[in-house]
Amino acid sequence: MESNQAKNSLLSSHDNIQRTQYPYVTGTSVVALKYKDGILMASDMGGSYGSTLRYKSVERLKPIGKHSLLGASGELSDFQEILRYLDELILYDNMWDDGNSLGPKEVHNYLTRVMYNRRNKFDPLWNTLVLGGVKKGHKYLGMVSMIGVNFEDDHVATGFGNHLARPILRDEWREDLTFEEGVKLLEKCMRVLLYRDRSAVNKLQIAKITEEGVTISQPYSLKTFWGFSAFQNPTVGAEGSW
Amino acid sequence: MTKQAANWSPYDNNGGSCVAIAGIDYCVIAADTRMSTGYSILTREYSKICKLADKSLMASSGFQADVKALQKFLAARHLIYQHQHNKQMSCPAMAQLLSNTLYYKRFFPYYSFNVLGGLDTEGKGCVYTYDAVGSYERVGYGCQGSGSTLIMPFLDNQLKSPSPLLLPAQDAVTPLSEAEAVDLVKTCFASATERDIYTGDKLEIVVLNADGIRREYMELRKD
Amino acid sequence: MFRNQYDTDVTTWSPAGRLFQVEYAMEAVKQGSAAIGLRSKTHVVLGCVNKANSELTSHQKKIFKVDDHIGVAIAGLTADGRVLSRYMRSECINYGFTYESPLPVGRLVVQLADKAQVCTQRSWKRPYGVGLLVGGLDESGAHLYYNCPSGNYFEYQAFAIGSRSQAAKTYLERRFNSFMDSSRDDLIKDALLAIRETLQGETLKSSICTVAVVGAGEAFHVLDNETVQKLIDAFEIAGGEEAPAADPDAAAEEGGAADQGAAAAADQGAAATDQGAATEEGVAPMDI
Repeated sequence: MESNQAKNSLLSSHDNIQRTQYPYVTGTSVVALKYKDGILMASDMGGSYGSTLRYKSVERLKPIGKHSLLGASGELSDFQEILRYLDELILYDNMWDDGNSLGPKEVHNYLTRVMYNRRNKFDPLWNTLVLGGVKKGHKYLGMVSMIGVNFEDDHVATGFGNHLARPILRDEWREDLTFEEGVKLLEKCMRVLLYRDRSAVNKLQIAKITEEGVTISQPYSLKTFWGFSAFQNPTVGAEGSW
Repeated sequence: MTKQAANWSPYDNNGGSCVAIAGIDYCVIAADTRMSTGYSILTREYSKICKLADKSLMASSGFQADVKALQKFLAARHLIYQHQHNKQMSCPAMAQLLSNTLYYKRFFPYYSFNVLGGLDTEGKGCVYTYDAVGSYERVGYGCQGSGSTLIMPFLDNQLKSPSPLLLPAQDAVTPLSEAEAVDLVKTCFASATERDIYTGDKLEIVVLNADGIRREYMELRKD
Repeated sequence: MFRNQYDTDVTTWSPAGRLFQVEYAMEAVKQGSAAIGLRSKTHVVLGCVNKANSELTSHQKKIFKVDDHIGVAIAGLTADGRVLSRYMRSECINYGFTYESPLPVGRLVVQLADKAQVCTQRSWKRPYGVGLLVGGLDESGAHLYYNCPSGNYFEYQAFAIGSRSQAAKTYLERRFNSFMDSSRDDLIKDALLAIRETLQGETLKSSICTVAVVGAGEAFHVLDNETVQKLIDAFEIAGGEEAPAADPDAAAEEGGAADQGAAAAADQGAAATDQGAATEEGVAPMDI
């Protein structure tokens, strides 16, 4: 701990700039996949302050321009800051009014540079971002971490999702999933996360992006079953606990 | 609130292994396509091989974000070079540029471990290996990344190239034919994948010779 | 002798509402050897006339690649043209670095025009003495722009700048209606014919012209001499002895609808009808 503090003061002693060393309010996993006509993305709406469930209705899926959809886990204030950057970017793009627009590939690349630049300044944006989109018949799905690690894939998931949802996706994902099948698969992933990720809450949104544009669902909850006997009396059979 | 996150680090190791072998008139560059963080796999299809110029290819493992930044920087420098000189950069020139670029960040290094393979100005295969801060050497074959400790001794054993300590210096290129070199690379990775958890999923092999560039893939263990 | 009181620096207006220094810079463009450009839906072709300054030198490069999807042809001060080309190249590289996609042509052109405009409003600067034909391809198709020292820019279907460009303009005005659906090779043919118009009787040879193409599936590149000569021979358009087919009446009308207001204004005093043949032989002093 002492060495940690020594390190911290080393990083911030030059001036009085505070750099982010840890997050305050965080959102948990985002899961996304490609399907027949575009991209589907899901996330819950909880915002955790440590282990306190501080916010219960945060939107973590946002449309970016006409062709992109952004999902974020991690520090919520940093995510909202990123949204401001992107807003400016898209506004600037619209102001040209010249028939050119940024597609998901461009936005993803821009975000990659932003995240990597901030890590170079030892002042990271504490997020893992998922960017999906469709432009000119081309589906795009990619991810960026807070230190700039980035890649594309047919399905992605952040945080706990990478441990719990991606194995399911690797098993069941197909190139030609229909919308209904895609939503069902995402719900399956979200249900597993809800059961096993303590910071997940049962209020989620699913967003879809196709050539036609973005639609983000109203918040809804999944049907769960907690009536297993082991849940009802967890200490039975756990001798010597208390 | 108590701090619960471990102290933040600007680096990560995304794993992966790279091999390059130079022959008399060809060069084979290979790398697996797995990208990991810790014990998790991020993606099974990430190419670590980057074409920097007509006759130079770089395979890199280490921290993906640094690798990407490095690749983009070199691509931009190569564009400028083409504008100014109206030709492609040669592999030895690219090798020096890569070294300078890495050393420029000596005190906040690119955490990337590279092998550069290509054909030199005479059309002979060449391989350069680097450390993260830019020291480099031209060799007959090279290997970098998480599986390098498993692969390197195997290459030493199989290629039996003349010792670099011999005087006068002997040619470093391997006596293998192109097809033999490709087979050797496949064997290397099949073995490394067995023991190195960061190597696997798929092997990408790029062969560079007088005819141009050819790509081959081989499936590797996915566990 | 008459001396203009309002042309000693760029930032001084004349009572008639003109900026003489800017107009002089526009004149520099007309002194340079000709450059032409034309486009179809999918391709842009740039061309220029190569004039060597003396028997003892080779000509200067007047067409530059900016990126795989953009190129420029210049007329006027070549040195200024090089500086601006370098600026455009670095803008393209920077955009590519952040977005991994090509910079839209129209946006580069506006940035370039803004850069030129700054020089018309600062007492310690001088306007660029070069006109640029910027050709390129982006999401919204093929584009051809003309950027001039005043900071104005225009999009064209086809255009010509530099000395004796009026003849080429006349040729292009007669033919541009069909350009939109032209094939790549037809576009090159028209480019060569337009270049020939500016030669005024001189034989068209690959050694005195440069042609460059950019289009769908074709990165910007300058055609080599051999290719150009082959095309000239194939099209049988070397011309030479027989007088070029320029309409005599068209040569008289200055600029046409497309020409910039400032240039038209500059003409009313001087006999600056786009470089008469007389001044041409006495070399283009600014094209150095």
